[in-house]
Amino acid sequence: MRELKYSDAILEATDFSLAHDPTVLIIGLGVPDPKGIFGTTSGLQDKYGDQRVMDMPLAENGMTGIIIGASLNGFRPVLTHQRVEFAMLSIEQIVNQAAKWFYMNAGQQNVPIVIRLIIGRGWGQGAQHSQSLESWFSHIPGLKVVMPSNAYDAKGLLISSIEDNNPVIFLEHRWLHNTIDNVPSEGYRIPIGEARVAREGKDLTIVAHSYMVLEAIRCADVLKTKGISIEVIDLRSIRPLDTETILNSVKKTGRLIVADNGWIHFGVSAEIISLVTETIFDKLLCAPERIGMNDSPSPSTRALAENFYPKAKNIAKIVCKVMRNNLDLIVLFPEDNLPSDIPDPSFKGPF
Amino acid sequence: MIKSPTNELYFSMLRIRMVEERIAELYSEQEMRCPVHLSIGQEAIAVGVCEYLDEQDIVMSAHRAHAHYLAKGGNLKSLLAELYGKSTGCAMGKGGSMHLVDLASGFFAAVPIVGSTIPIAVGVAWAFKMKKSSNIVVVFLGDGATEQGVFFESLDFASLKNVPILFVCENNFYSVYSQLHVRQAPGRKISTLAESHGIKTYTGDGNNITQVSEIADEAINYIKRNNTPAFIELETFRWLEHCGPNGDDELGYRKKGELDEWIKRDPLSNYEDLLIEKNQLSKKDILEFKEIILNEIDDAFKFAKESPFPELNVLNQHIYKN
Repeated sequence: MRELKYSDAILEATDFSLAHDPTVLIIGLGVPDPKGIFGTTSGLQDKYGDQRVMDMPLAENGMTGIIIGASLNGFRPVLTHQRVEFAMLSIEQIVNQAAKWFYMNAGQQNVPIVIRLIIGRGWGQGAQHSQSLESWFSHIPGLKVVMPSNAYDAKGLLISSIEDNNPVIFLEHRWLHNTIDNVPSEGYRIPIGEARVAREGKDLTIVAHSYMVLEAIRCADVLKTKGISIEVIDLRSIRPLDTETILNSVKKTGRLIVADNGWIHFGVSAEIISLVTETIFDKLLCAPERIGMNDSPSPSTRALAENFYPKAKNIAKIVCKVMRNNLDLIVLFPEDNLPSDIPDPSFKGPF
Repeated sequence: MIKSPTNELYFSMLRIRMVEERIAELYSEQEMRCPVHLSIGQEAIAVGVCEYLDEQDIVMSAHRAHAHYLAKGGNLKSLLAELYGKSTGCAMGKGGSMHLVDLASGFFAAVPIVGSTIPIAVGVAWAFKMKKSSNIVVVFLGDGATEQGVFFESLDFASLKNVPILFVCENNFYSVYSQLHVRQAPGRKISTLAESHGIKTYTGDGNNITQVSEIADEAINYIKRNNTPAFIELETFRWLEHCGPNGDDELGYRKKGELDEWIKRDPLSNYEDLLIEKNQLSKKDILEFKEIILNEIDDAFKFAKESPFPELNVLNQHIYKN
């Protein structure tokens, strides 16, 4: 099958949606600019015109209200912000208006919008360009929250999100944009609310989402060579949460680690551990564990950021604790030669 | 009966006044258990503006929305049942007074976060433009809303894209208890904010229905002719407390005599006097109107009170649309 970068998969899903539904609009600061939002919107304005693919004023709250209004009157807008933090300016419209509209009018009008948000990381992004705030959005009934970890899922989930009849928060991790996967050229859909078993295993379950799925898979693949069989669940959607897939896995393995893409307190990992302990406490062989961002704002310098983000080795350390195993992790997870503030050598900054 | 357009304006204002007076009267029964923001004293703006709209034109509003809803043709029974929290309410009791909706009459929505309907209304109007529809949107907003960031963001976008929307600012000089001059620079008119965005602007006396109608007619024609936004600022005054059925002048947050001066400028009784003077309305007509309206109000309240509450399973309906 054809290989494609995550950012190109986003572009293809957007192109597909524009071609198949004349009511789809693509809006965002920088959508038609030479960089095309990390390449995810490149060329679309030339192909579909500036009435459907457009730049916007720096007015995140107002523009969110405007796309809500357009969605009430026949359109399916996709609004993109290059960082999650820019959407903080529009929390009022997202949380008070979009999320509750359908409920407040008792099902007479729905809000089919997608808000694409990019989680920054590395190259000194700092405290206001690197937050992973999926737990905020997921707290709100009426919103859907989607976080694909690979190019294949990104394409199928974005098409599903645009076709969904509800407000969908679509969170892309910047470090996933350059990852490559097998992606069919035709359009296809991945249902929102279905997790994926990324690695099958029998000893222990790691639940992860977004970029942390990559670290969890790396951990599982390395430890497999030492006889530890790890099942990795990629959530793909945070809300609605695929509780069945999580519970089935932990029933089988009896052990759970959650590798959270955000902070752990009051977050996704808290929710999943609650779910498991409330539902299948008797199936657990030991207490669940979790790992996530350090409980501080994100620092700019790579010297400190090194200890802010958990990696495969940090997950493996918890695996060893849970499995009562004394593996030499320094040998198993040698430091690679890459600087810690970039995902791969092709990443040259500046954001 | 209603004989002429002028009588119709009078009838519509009278009806809104009488509906809200009845709400105020019955509120103490503690059966309408949601916040109500009454428009008594401000009816002329709702009636004068909605008079010139087509049925397919859209109106949106904020917390003080009863007058706008009724003026646009919103169903009275559904409004009252909503206040009583009944399943027959316009939002099945899920919205209350602050979330009115009547899609059949073109009343899209009202929300009580001040200013927040403005960008949504701009989006609805922008969609009309993209669909090459000749319809427009009217968004009613107060003086307080013009202090919100989204107000400016909405003016910018409406102007940028030539969105066919009419912003109607009902300036009643108070945001709850806070006077305009502690919130906005004295001497700077609200209308200049729209003007500075390149938007055609009108100002007038919001308690004079004749003037409101003339301005609205001109502004709506301007929007439909040029497919571009317009802004109206109209001065008016709220007679009752910000939220609730009672007067609150005794609290002393308004200047002494200010309310009395505005009551003298009552849009309803002044228009009534004018029509009688011009022989366009008789005392007999007024009695006839009042009887028609009283009957409708009695019926509607009876309907609302007798309607059932929503079934318990409605709690979990309408969270997501399939």
